[in-house]
Amino acid sequence: MLTYLRKRIISSGLPLLVVIVGVFALARMTGNPAALYLPLNATEAMREDFAVRNGLDQPIWVQMAQYFGGILRLDFGESMRTGESAGAMALRAFPATLQLAGTTMALAIVLAVIVGSAAALKPNGILDRFSSFLSMTAASIPDFWLAIVGIWVFAITLGWVPTSGVVGMAAWVLPVATLVMRPFGTLVQVVRGAMVSSLSEPYIKLARAKGATQYRVVGAHALRNAAAPGLTVAGDLTVGLVNGAVVVETIFGWPGIGKLMIDSILQRDFAVLQACVLLTAVAIFVLNILIDIGYALLDPRVRPSAGARKRRKARVEHRGQQNGPKAPTTPTTTGSAATAVLDA
Amino acid sequence: MTQIQDQPVPGKTVKTSVAQRLGRPSMLSMLLRDKFATVAAVILGFVLLTAAFGPSLMGELATNQDLMFMNKAPFDPANGWAYFLGSDSLGRSMLARMVVATQTTLLVAVPAVLVALFLGSLWGVWAGYHRGRRENISMRLADIIMSFPSLLLAVVVLFVFSPSAANIVLILAITRIPIYMRTARAESAELQSRTFVDAARTFGTKPNSIIVRHVIPVVTPTLLTLATLEFCFVMLAESSLSFLGIGIQPPDVSWGLMVAQGRQYLQTAWWLSILPGLAIVITAVAANVLAAWMRIATDPAQRWRLTLDKQAKKDLTAVIKDAK
Repeated sequence: MLTYLRKRIISSGLPLLVVIVGVFALARMTGNPAALYLPLNATEAMREDFAVRNGLDQPIWVQMAQYFGGILRLDFGESMRTGESAGAMALRAFPATLQLAGTTMALAIVLAVIVGSAAALKPNGILDRFSSFLSMTAASIPDFWLAIVGIWVFAITLGWVPTSGVVGMAAWVLPVATLVMRPFGTLVQVVRGAMVSSLSEPYIKLARAKGATQYRVVGAHALRNAAAPGLTVAGDLTVGLVNGAVVVETIFGWPGIGKLMIDSILQRDFAVLQACVLLTAVAIFVLNILIDIGYALLDPRVRPSAGARKRRKARVEHRGQQNGPKAPTTPTTTGSAATAVLDA
Repeated sequence: MTQIQDQPVPGKTVKTSVAQRLGRPSMLSMLLRDKFATVAAVILGFVLLTAAFGPSLMGELATNQDLMFMNKAPFDPANGWAYFLGSDSLGRSMLARMVVATQTTLLVAVPAVLVALFLGSLWGVWAGYHRGRRENISMRLADIIMSFPSLLLAVVVLFVFSPSAANIVLILAITRIPIYMRTARAESAELQSRTFVDAARTFGTKPNSIIVRHVIPVVTPTLLTLATLEFCFVMLAESSLSFLGIGIQPPDVSWGLMVAQGRQYLQTAWWLSILPGLAIVITAVAANVLAAWMRIATDPAQRWRLTLDKQAKKDLTAVIKDAK
């Protein structure tokens, strides 16, 4: 496990660093905040004072060094808008996004497994055709449009749920219903496809021959083998949601990380933007580790590619077995990472 | 497929008879066999034609303001054909505006998909074939692009460069390249360990020729299907950007922008947002259906499903029933 973690941190550390530096530089390309925060008739002295107070008069590498120094002390700077600590603002917004993403994905996975498995039982049956059309439509509806229609029908016309906010269960209905569509539609197709191919495997025939019930054949034998492709897609979809459902959060006034991010981009609130990006990047890093562990748990066959194994074997033979089985490997794919889990 | 092969004699007769009757099926005949896919293809064709020729026919009408016809409801024949889909708060014809918006929407989505498909696939196939360090570096780069907030990129381009359609294409293409890269890499990494690639290598074929001759033809169907799906995604992404105000800028108009502009009139004139949204949904569903058909039609193991006519289907079900 520790070997795996070390490899994972090394292989993900560099992208993380590049993203942080990139965001730092890109944010400063969006323009000078002084133009937004100072009145139009501000004097030159006022502008200079503003730049000095926010450290914007320094060269960009000095600013970046200060920023990285701050990160090491867990100090992410202060918001230009509110003067509050940027780290605290991002941390406060994050649970709202996580709750929304968690509820959405849980609902989407449960629904998709039920609908996808039911559809896979009779390929090209009526249920299959209906569910594939349903899932395609669900995956193709733009979320902002669905949100608007939902507000128009259920909030304005019928008055069943509030138009925005986070208070009470009713406020969750529209955002979750809007967000669940795309993950649901995508997952149904993946689950259905994987189930169709796994239901036609010989071991399913064996299970049926043993006299296993339909429920057990589908739920235990087929589903477990169909779970790996589902996990990949579900992982990608969750990453998208954790990044913040900007549009849905904006429309429903959901105080999540996506809304905070777009607000700080538009307001040139650099510190808050950087804190948001860093936080989501770390969260996605953790999420990817969980997905890898999930792979290894689901499918013990996950192994490094045949080519890599061949090459490693050749290398080991070349060195006269002195390195033994612990020859240096190249951690490239999820496969090798997952094997590391198994090795550790 | 497996089911038929499992049945010894009767299954085989059905298979050969179908094959004799049809020979190797053309894509068109396979398309016509699937009713959903045919409808989807017709819809997409119509959208393409609208985008190509619509604006030159209706461009004038789209900007023509007539305050006598402010916020007219759709589907009212009394207003004449130009106002068949209603009119907006400035009395412009919704029909004409949507036709013009079709062109803008497609001119962003199609080039973005093509650029990303071309660059991402080649890069991914190359990385997957060579494996090792080249694969590592490429996939790390893909990770970096994937974890970048694409909204930030969009805003930066909007501020630094002009918010033109070309720049939106650029952003959408760059952010979607990793999708093709990952698929292409995975497929080509698997292919490079196959025996036919090994054989080519043994004969001394150069890596680039192997990639072009042996790897790319095998991965192309998968990637084309993916591109059709991605067309749907890119169209939605452009609409979202336009909706947030960082995509297509007025006076240009795209479907997403029309939804955003109509949002404030939701209670008085629902059609301003709902109709352009419907256009997005219909086009996206059509692309999705066509992608699903392509997945079957380009898969040699599944293609037979689309080659059966009604009689053959009946024969086949009878055979399967008998065998059971």
